[in-house]
Amino acid sequence: MTPPPPADAAVLSTRSLLAGEGHRGGTLPSWAPWGALGGALVFCAAALAALGWFTIALTLVFGALIGIVAVYAWSRAVEGARRAKDRAITMAIASAFAVAMAPLISLLYEVVRRGVQGLSWEFFTSDARGVVGGGGAEHAIVGTLVIAGCAALISVPIGIMAAIYLNEYGRGPLRRALTFFVDVMTGIPSIVAGLFAYALFELFFGPGIQMGIMGSVALSVLMIPIVIRSAEEVLKIVPNHLREASYALGTPKWKTIAKVVLPTAFAGLVTGVMIAIARIVGETAPLLVTTGVVDSLNANPFQGRMQNLAVYAYNEYRSPGVMKQASYDRAWAAALTLIAIVMILNVIARLVYRRYKTETR
Amino acid sequence: MEGRKLRGMFGSQTKPETEEGQNTMSQAGPVTETSSQAPGTVSARRAKTLEAKGVNLYYGDFHAVENVTMTIEPNKVTALIGSSGCGKTTFLRSLNRMHELTPGASVKGDIYLDGEDIYGGGVDPVAVRRLVGMVFQQPNPFPTMSIYDNVAAGLNFNAGKVSKGDKDAVVEKSLRGAHLWDEVKDRLDRPGSGLSGGQQQRLCIARATAVSPEVLLMDEPCSALDPVATLAIEDLIAELKKEYTIAIVTHNMQQAARASDNTAFFNLDESGKPGHLVEIGTTEDIFTRPKQKETEDYVSGRFG
Ligand SMILES: Nc1ncnc2c1ncn2[C@@H]1O[C@H](COP(=O)(O)OP(=O)(O)O)[C@@H](O)[C@H]1O
Ligand SMILES: [Mg+2]
Repeated sequence: MTPPPPADAAVLSTRSLLAGEGHRGGTLPSWAPWGALGGALVFCAAALAALGWFTIALTLVFGALIGIVAVYAWSRAVEGARRAKDRAITMAIASAFAVAMAPLISLLYEVVRRGVQGLSWEFFTSDARGVVGGGGAEHAIVGTLVIAGCAALISVPIGIMAAIYLNEYGRGPLRRALTFFVDVMTGIPSIVAGLFAYALFELFFGPGIQMGIMGSVALSVLMIPIVIRSAEEVLKIVPNHLREASYALGTPKWKTIAKVVLPTAFAGLVTGVMIAIARIVGETAPLLVTTGVVDSLNANPFQGRMQNLAVYAYNEYRSPGVMKQASYDRAWAAALTLIAIVMILNVIARLVYRRYKTETR
Repeated sequence: MEGRKLRGMFGSQTKPETEEGQNTMSQAGPVTETSSQAPGTVSARRAKTLEAKGVNLYYGDFHAVENVTMTIEPNKVTALIGSSGCGKTTFLRSLNRMHELTPGASVKGDIYLDGEDIYGGGVDPVAVRRLVGMVFQQPNPFPTMSIYDNVAAGLNFNAGKVSKGDKDAVVEKSLRGAHLWDEVKDRLDRPGSGLSGGQQQRLCIARATAVSPEVLLMDEPCSALDPVATLAIEDLIAELKKEYTIAIVTHNMQQAARASDNTAFFNLDESGKPGHLVEIGTTEDIFTRPKQKETEDYVSGRFG
């Protein structure tokens, strides 16, 4: 005696309830959005070519529009109105994202395409001293690393200690005032930082002074507020109960900060520092003023002018030698090298974050 | 004379005071103790008494706790019960000077540890917290540290140079004392945050006892735990009182009845008014013969 099967009506109504309102029962194949989009693009390309108006941009714009409309109509017929709307909006958002990415991708593409033509063994291993219309950018690469490295050495301790002050010690109006000034500092135009560093060193060394460390000081003016801001955010999310656990063991405040707060925040702090370095490593204007333009390798930040990649690129473009194209190629190669450095910094930041992030509630 | 004695007891730089002939509160305290004692054995010792006299606690202008006078007896478990928001946590945190860490918070009145005013002049709050440890409502092991380093944290932070052997001994003794040793002895180098909630709370208890405090304050230590883990902690508390003076906040009446010797009942007349101590007595008296009608209503489940 098995129980009678449930009435058909009841089964149907439960199923349709589960499927949701306006449901038609069918499902589009998983390739449907891509298939429709591809079809629409091919159709548009053919149609525009037939009319003699073919361009890639027009094809993409009309192809995406027609693709979205096609998927909407198809889904509405098979799946119902609600699912169709959902699909259309998903595709529209994905298209908007593609539009946002387009400049970045075309920039990268362009820099890589032109940059590789200037890359050579010589580019990395020789400077440009006494060479007419040739030479490499070793001096600029070394200069970039030295100047940015010194800037980081100056900015990281100052920035992190300032953030510790603001987050762990600062109270009331003083804290608010300092936060305000940090915000103002983040908005300082970079040329102003350069002029400030120049004026500062001119006081001690007289007019016309240019050396690597001046550039580092100028970049620090730009970098310190970035480090403070990011470090403050990271320290803020270290949960208070960890500080209290440390205090309850009879630990003084400074030791609690050194042994509990900073280690917990370590991954975030490193990430913030890397991103701050990436931000300033490509600065041009303040370095033109403070470190000058020079053709030969100089790795001593305390003596003489120092070249860097941004100024190098600028200079190769502004005053190309007799072989113009070779100069332009070197400028692009310098740009590509800069982008590579920034990317490496970002990758390091991510790796450090993955490796050292701490789960906190 | 009085001032010198205070500083002798709480000044963080002072050498151990040995005249009382019991475990000292010095930085080397836990090490000397364990080196003369096999790990894992629990020997009775007389811990210290905490006495609150006319304690009033404030958050800015808000009067949170009014005029509490009570004694927390040595080597006993004193339960603090009462409805939510009546100031149990606030009062508990005043007992090891954690209350003043909240911006704007202030304290009036006196609290004595074996007769010495912990709010007296010349007293270092950091030294007070070394003597009066705390276990929090949410288990909060340090997420960057291994199980071993969590237990050794107090020594690593505050005890200067301690030899590896001494540290091992303290860690083992504390973990055994917290009934956690057998569960973690094979993975001491794994992160403490990988343990279950109940294990994490026992790890926090081990961390607190590793610095050999006199008093342990526990703020609803079981509220985030399941019943089995809760029973494990209650057993542990019964064990710990042989060595420590214990004050435990709980909102669980059965827990107070099971695990405590004395019970203090806090209440507040209405929200926004300060909480106050209604009565304190032996747990048996409070649960069977309360003096106040309020207490009777609360312990019998009729909130008035
Ligand atoms: N950090 C704080 N700042 C301001 N008021 C607080 C703070 N912590 C607790 N209070 C207030 O103090 C009173 C007592 O709180 P609490 O001690 O946490 O009570 P209980 O632990 O008994 O539930 C409550 O009214 C609460 O809102
Ligand atoms: Mg509470």
